[in-house]
Amino acid sequence: MIGSLPPAAVMILGALLVPLLRGRARTGWVLLLPAASLAALLALGEGEFGQVSIFSYELTLVRIDGLSRIFGWLFHIAAFIGLIFARRGGSALEDASALVYAGAAIGAVQAGDLITLFVFWELLALSSVFLVWARGTERSYRAGIRYLIVQVGSGVVLLAGIIAHARATGSVAFGHLGTGTLGTGTLGTNLILLGIGIKAAFPLLHNWLTDAYPEATYSGAVFLSAFTTKVAVYALARGYQGEDLLIWVGVLMTMFPIFYAVIENDLRRVLGYSMINQIGFMVCGVGIGTEMAVNGAVAHAFNDVLFKGLLFMSTGALLYRTGTTKCSELGGLYKSMPKTAALCVIGAASISAFPLFSGFVSKSMVMAAALEQNLDIVWLFLLFASAGVLHHAGIKIPFYGFFGPDSGIRTKEAPTSMLIAMGMAAFLCVFNGTFPTWFLYPNLPYAVTYEPFTSAHVISQLQLLFFAVLAFVWLRLSDREPHELPSTNLDADWFYRRFGRGLALAGGGVASRLRAAIAARTVVAAGDVIGSARRYMGPSGVLGRTWPTGVSVIWVAILLLVFLLLYYATTPVTNALPPP
Amino acid sequence: MASDTHDAGGRVKDRGRHYFDDPKRWKRLIAILIVVCGVLFALDFVNFLQQRMGWWELRHPERDWEGLPSFYAVYGFLAYTAIVYTAKLLRKGVMRDEDYYDR
Repeated sequence: MIGSLPPAAVMILGALLVPLLRGRARTGWVLLLPAASLAALLALGEGEFGQVSIFSYELTLVRIDGLSRIFGWLFHIAAFIGLIFARRGGSALEDASALVYAGAAIGAVQAGDLITLFVFWELLALSSVFLVWARGTERSYRAGIRYLIVQVGSGVVLLAGIIAHARATGSVAFGHLGTGTLGTGTLGTNLILLGIGIKAAFPLLHNWLTDAYPEATYSGAVFLSAFTTKVAVYALARGYQGEDLLIWVGVLMTMFPIFYAVIENDLRRVLGYSMINQIGFMVCGVGIGTEMAVNGAVAHAFNDVLFKGLLFMSTGALLYRTGTTKCSELGGLYKSMPKTAALCVIGAASISAFPLFSGFVSKSMVMAAALEQNLDIVWLFLLFASAGVLHHAGIKIPFYGFFGPDSGIRTKEAPTSMLIAMGMAAFLCVFNGTFPTWFLYPNLPYAVTYEPFTSAHVISQLQLLFFAVLAFVWLRLSDREPHELPSTNLDADWFYRRFGRGLALAGGGVASRLRAAIAARTVVAAGDVIGSARRYMGPSGVLGRTWPTGVSVIWVAILLLVFLLLYYATTPVTNALPPP
Repeated sequence: MASDTHDAGGRVKDRGRHYFDDPKRWKRLIAILIVVCGVLFALDFVNFLQQRMGWWELRHPERDWEGLPSFYAVYGFLAYTAIVYTAKLLRKGVMRDEDYYDR
């Protein structure tokens, strides 16, 4: 290993060549890199590689075990599919940043120590922001800046935690860090958890996601949805398995976004909220911490990248063809883009966890584990959230995007490269959902004892979903469904986009008024000084007057007189005459 | 430029009617949905009765309340409806103009 490159370096270094290549050469090169990187990963096998000692800390650049290997597989597949999707119209900048971004994600999940993790953590932020900026609009520029501040901030918090942790324990190894119970962690482990939590879009720390992803390019959002948050889920599974707090953080994450997703107008922002909801299931699984729960969390992360990627691709294709992803402007697009619509429905069925689609075999593991641990209330919340998933991702995305009232927009089917990418993702969704024991289950970190296809599970899930669809039909036909309105919905980002901004502007206003007042006073005071100087020394001032020569002679005579008087006054009288 | 395939706005001209232009197709889809829901509901009810008789069971409940006939159907329907109504309530509090943050 030492002397050769870690797998993460293949794509990161390969990206350097991308700007030099054009057309087919670039396509060939960018598709070759994920394949070469995956080959490098598989050639390594399990173990720890690339040990380096820096400042008395032992770094392990590459650690491959059950947990990091499945994420490695996932990120390679996601990069490959995303790069195919980006073939039409994607710039060299997007290709290069996507490759570095994917490489950073692979490096982060293979990091055996916290310092290596931190380096890739920040590289994730720096490389991915270009996928937002590449859109080239004012909105995307501003959203990108906000995204970058939060992402780099997450790295700073992580680094602070790593320093505190290293000082306390003398170790930077990235193993289990949590204590299980809330309030018993050290400063270091708590800060590390917070840093990871920002990237995992914990409640109130989540708005960078719903803010930036919808502003990214049509293919940029596909990459963004795959890597950052899943690296965070991996880091939680690695460091904080069985942390009680995470169960309820996860529940909260599954719950609150579903309400926002219902009223959101931009389909890609709906998907952003949907991501937080799905990550909630994973965070909850990590928090429960049993083997089945962690398997469920990891399997769901794997499936989520594929079906969420598929949904981001189909909405990206909409954006590419129509220039919008707003529900209020879309509808009836199945007429122009029937293949995209069909693939979108497969993604929607997968995220909704219909039997034979991928969500069915992974989300249920987390829920079964909750019930097994007697977390009945948690289970009821997760079941509730599952009905919410059906609303915003299962129905809203395909219905309002492709099938709803005809918007009159007529366009062309998505380009072939996009259809191929979406087709691959759709195939994997159905493959994992139908044959989970062929690839997905054997590659999970723990041995799987869970059996998804029991009659009980199939019947209960079908009941839940079909009756929720029935509720949709009833609400829709009776005009009780919320209307699709052009709007912005206030969320936690209001605090920094409006309140904080207002505060800064108000603070700036006070400062500028103060400055103006001081400046005005200074001008007045300076005017006074200049005025009095002029009064005395100006042309008509006493000190500035020109006097006739006679006046000077008189003054000199007076001076001489005063001098003489003083001289005589100070000379002793006794000395006036010499003694006789 | 207007042409055979594109209109003056550069959009592809649409020729002919499409599958869901016919309201009957929607009605048929809804009818299928209602039948499927009915079958699932009935199946669970029969299952519940059979369990009481102890002959066979399709769905063994993990909890007593979860084993009630069509628990999932009722829960799914109510959850969906609750989500929609809560969201409409939420909208009253948080909805602003589209350019709220751009001003």
